Amino acid sequence: MATYRELLQRVKQEVVEVDAREATALEGAVWVDVRRHDEWDEGHIPGAIHIPRGSLESRIESRVPDRSTPVVLYCASGERSAFAAKTLAELGYERAVSLAGGFTDWKRNGREVQVPTTLSPEKRTRYSRHLLIPEIGEEGQIRLLESRILLIGAGGLGSPASLYLAAAGVGHIGIIDADIVDETNLQRQIAHSLDTLGTPKVDSAKRTIEALNPDVKVTTYRERLTSENIDRILDDGWQVVVDGTDNFPTRYLVNDACVWRGIPLVYGSIYRFEGQVSVFKAGDGPCYRCLYPAPPPPELAPSCAEGGVLGVLPGVVGTLQTNEALKLALGIGEPLVGRLLLFDALAGEFDEMRIRRNPSCPVCGEHPTITEYVDYVEFCAR
Amino acid sequence: MSVVRVPPVLRDEAGGAREVEASGQTVRELLEDLTTRLPRLGEKVYDGAEIRPYVNVYVDGEDVRTSGGLDAPIREDATVVLLPAMAGG
Repeated sequence: MATYRELLQRVKQEVVEVDAREATALEGAVWVDVRRHDEWDEGHIPGAIHIPRGSLESRIESRVPDRSTPVVLYCASGERSAFAAKTLAELGYERAVSLAGGFTDWKRNGREVQVPTTLSPEKRTRYSRHLLIPEIGEEGQIRLLESRILLIGAGGLGSPASLYLAAAGVGHIGIIDADIVDETNLQRQIAHSLDTLGTPKVDSAKRTIEALNPDVKVTTYRERLTSENIDRILDDGWQVVVDGTDNFPTRYLVNDACVWRGIPLVYGSIYRFEGQVSVFKAGDGPCYRCLYPAPPPPELAPSCAEGGVLGVLPGVVGTLQTNEALKLALGIGEPLVGRLLLFDALAGEFDEMRIRRNPSCPVCGEHPTITEYVDYVEFCAR
Repeated sequence: MSVVRVPPVLRDEAGGAREVEASGQTVRELLEDLTTRLPRLGEKVYDGAEIRPYVNVYVDGEDVRTSGGLDAPIREDATVVLLPAMAGG
């Protein structure tokens, strides 16, 4: 029977140990901190990811899928990381090494240390299902809590978006809407209720969000978005804009502003049984005007108020938009850039169309012809 | 013969149909055939020379406007989707 020391000795002979200088010279290496949560919280090597030793086998594949990637493992002194390096070798990782002397030596030698912002125990409980997902984790949750997302409209699409963004812990939500809650809204606009009939939608939505998650700060704009006020509102520093408006003039206005400011725009629209979702990310893909260069004539632009909409449809489309907004805020996944997702509620079908940048787009093309806001209100029906 | 999917806002012009058929060697020929069969629908999409700016025509998932234009050839059994802008929220 071997003692711990003997076992450690044996393992250390089997794995490759490197010092800090050798480790930092490993190009493309992923640094993995295998210490406990409380140790990580007190400071870690910048750029490292945290996978506690106990979860290493189950989580390494999702974080480091390519087994030829160099992996630098470290713990406090180089013991747990030696065992971790042996485990990774058994899992087929060809270049897993252990940092000799661990984090203690790293710090003692005056190398850079990052002290993470951490979540309170209450927040850790509240967001535990996010923290368990490797792609989000504590770092991602903190990112969400620090993010700022603006909702254009607190109606059918804005309602589910506001609820799920708030539940996810998006720290600051802006809502712009000039309307008052009425009975016809309650068939689909789930942020509002009988209690808030007759009150401004922004106030009603704010109340619902605050009842759900007090971590979220809500800024309300009880006004109709126009060329006059859009710059003032966007100057408040929104990182992602979710377009849930119900009319063409506002959609073009929001698109143009987001292109010029480089703000990703999550587009969604609905009519009767069908919906569309996409992400317009200026510089990376097409914009709304690449998709539709000009608004349709009024007779071809019926609103939901005129044509009707299945109550659950904005729920589906608004949550798909929220999914995109959260991915953008977290910087994960593949946003729907250059892709138009179509949903047909009656058929129960999703379809995807390619949208390409239009080189002659009047706003984001090579020779833009629109360089200031256009108010379409005069000739385009709501 | 291609299948042309008709969006909700244009179904009245197609007699309520969700899908209609049209044929042509190119997108232009197909739109002209569509206009002959269903003039009211065709006119909403195609002005006789160009696709109207508030409508997109997708052939097999690609926007005609940015993937070869009206004179690009199309497959015999292509799926064509007409997609006018919609603003509901």
